[in-house]
Amino acid sequence: MLNPTAGYSASEEKQEIWVYLEPGEDALSSVSLELLGKARLLADTAGYEVKGLLVGYGLLELAEDAISCGADAVLLVEDQRLTQFNVEAFTAVVTQAVLEGRPSIFLVGATHDGRDLAGRLAVRMQTGLNADCTDLALDPDRGILVSEVTGFGGGIIALLECPKQRPQMSTVRPGVFPLPIHDPKRKGEISQLKIDLPDTCFQTSVLKKEEYDLVDLTQADVLICGGRGVEGNFDSLFALAQDLSAEVGATRPPVDDGFIARERQVGQTGVVCRPKIAICLGISGAFHFIVGIEKADIVIAVNSDREAPIFDYADYGIVADVAEFVPALNRALLERKEHSRV
Amino acid sequence: MSKRHIVVCMKVTPKPEEILVDPATMLIQREQARSEINPPDMNAIELALQLKDQSDARLSIISMGPPFFEPYLRVGLAMGADALYLLSDRTFAGADTLATTYVLAKAVDRLGDVDVVICGEESSDGATGQVPPGLAEWLGWPLVSLAIKAELNRSGTQIIVTRDSHGRAEVKSSLPAVLSVKSAANQPRFMDFDLKEEAFEQVPLIVWGPDDLDTEPDQVGLKGSPTVVTGLREAEVRERRRQRLEGPIDDVVHQLIEILDPYLRTP
Ligand SMILES: Cc1cc2nc3c(=O)[nH]c(=O)nc-3n(C[C@H](O)[C@H](O)[C@H](O)COP(=O)(O)OP(=O)(O)OC[C@H]3O[C@@H](n4cnc5c(N)ncnc54)[C@H](O)[C@@H]3O)c2cc1C
Ligand SMILES: Nc1ncnc2c1ncn2[C@@H]1O[C@H](COP(=O)(O)O)[C@@H](O)[C@H]1O
Repeated sequence: MLNPTAGYSASEEKQEIWVYLEPGEDALSSVSLELLGKARLLADTAGYEVKGLLVGYGLLELAEDAISCGADAVLLVEDQRLTQFNVEAFTAVVTQAVLEGRPSIFLVGATHDGRDLAGRLAVRMQTGLNADCTDLALDPDRGILVSEVTGFGGGIIALLECPKQRPQMSTVRPGVFPLPIHDPKRKGEISQLKIDLPDTCFQTSVLKKEEYDLVDLTQADVLICGGRGVEGNFDSLFALAQDLSAEVGATRPPVDDGFIARERQVGQTGVVCRPKIAICLGISGAFHFIVGIEKADIVIAVNSDREAPIFDYADYGIVADVAEFVPALNRALLERKEHSRV
Repeated sequence: MSKRHIVVCMKVTPKPEEILVDPATMLIQREQARSEINPPDMNAIELALQLKDQSDARLSIISMGPPFFEPYLRVGLAMGADALYLLSDRTFAGADTLATTYVLAKAVDRLGDVDVVICGEESSDGATGQVPPGLAEWLGWPLVSLAIKAELNRSGTQIIVTRDSHGRAEVKSSLPAVLSVKSAANQPRFMDFDLKEEAFEQVPLIVWGPDDLDTEPDQVGLKGSPTVVTGLREAEVRERRRQRLEGPIDDVVHQLIEILDPYLRTP
């Protein structure tokens, strides 16, 4: 078993916030940019520096983007063997970089790969990991990162700290923080780190891969969310979404029941969205879900139960059966379309 | 070839709707809520049973938690697991991910001959999928997360896993390894009624505490948890207009379209 000696203590830290930069399709993933934006704000109040850590291959351009989005510097580790994410190899690389740089804070996006990396890294560093934070604050006097998580049955917010061990690690889901403004005039240093990476770090290999279209609910202007009350009939929601140029999301029960992909789960353990309009169909309004649509400009709720809590979190509430409402809205949209043609 | 040994990590979680928090200690009052096997762990045991069907493996369940977990975990025996270990001690309580994974890893270490550890994707009571990578790290084993299917190769030295992370991928891993199973990836089988009586009445529950696991007292439970809860408050929710749209459905829909109109792209 692992010999737990890897981390460092608060007295050995540097006043730096590091953001793990995860490459997306051909740009940095949105959650990496969101974290850079938040890290910049935290750093400015406390006089810390923000550094991005970017691991992969052929990523120089993305490093420049990170500077434009708020990083003071980017540490780049490139190796052809790192073209694809591999949690053991990436953990080895990140460990070496972090032990050399000794940041006070290390932030990771709570994506599939980010979760795996953060989980391994925290144990290797023998430090705390606050997962799925909904807000972060930095107490400048104590140098302590205060992470906010919702949970414990919903409606309650807990503040978590990691007083002694370093780095202070938190993960944040996509969409929780707004995208920072891209400022191409910002200057920063990009440095290549040389890391020792033996082949034995690669204990798994990908034999075959078939990518789906990436779903990104965080960027949708109109979001239609279905809950258990939709009774699995998500096809009708997708049809409606097409008419409204919308995306379809869901609460956890239909995801657990296999009616819709997990990527589309909205809420605390799904994605946090910031659409102009969120339409909630057959959803009771559990707090775990509500955090996912709290940043919507307008919330519309349709539920057959007049007393459903969702109505307290909605701008417009409609007491109706989803199975009647959806076709009625479809018909009305169709009429509107025909109307505008004449 | 000696028999493979597969371990499933299971926990028992309170039903989400019924959880209360003690404002003084800031700890979850589990006793107030009815419990169930953490639903993703049902998918984990199903995948483990599929491996057992293929390769005639031995299947052990490990769980860190209080004694009341026992009857829930016995369902796993009735599904086809062979042994049940409860890692339980007063000092294990209040563990965060680091302290939880430490105890789980110690148990796997003590079992000694384990080839694969299988976890659920996440626990439903607030934690977030950090146990599988943390456990893999303590053990120094590779991790394959979000598995939906797995197959051991003939000689039992490698495992081929189909995982689902924004697409299907087939991944080959050396053994021993840790897997996490994507929630809802499979249909957990029912209890086997022929096994039920034995599972509930004859298979012993093995309880391991600090002495059995040789754990360091300052690495378990609250003491071994680097994260601390420093505050707890009610979440504020944004005030909304809370206006009802009333009338026959077709009227309501038209009112709605008027509200939506400025936001909709012109058709
Ligand atoms: C740690 C943790 C994390 C969680 N994370 C999330 C998360 O990220 N996202 C999430 O959504 N949930 C999450 N949950 C689950 C959450 O607590 C709720 O259980 C869930 O949001 C409820 O989903 P629902 O509203 O679809 O189902 P229900 O609560 O069952 O509500 C269904 C609603 O549909 C209405 N209805 C039924 N039939 C019809 C009909 N024909 N027409 C109209 N209305 C109808 C009912 O009146 C009811 O209000 C989490 C829970 C925990 C413990
Ligand atoms: N106390 C525990 N005992 C046994 N297994 C656990 C425990 N906590 C977490 N796990 C396993 O780790 C998985 C992920 O949990 P978590 O990281 O807590 O979201 C669960 O689905 C279980 O398989």
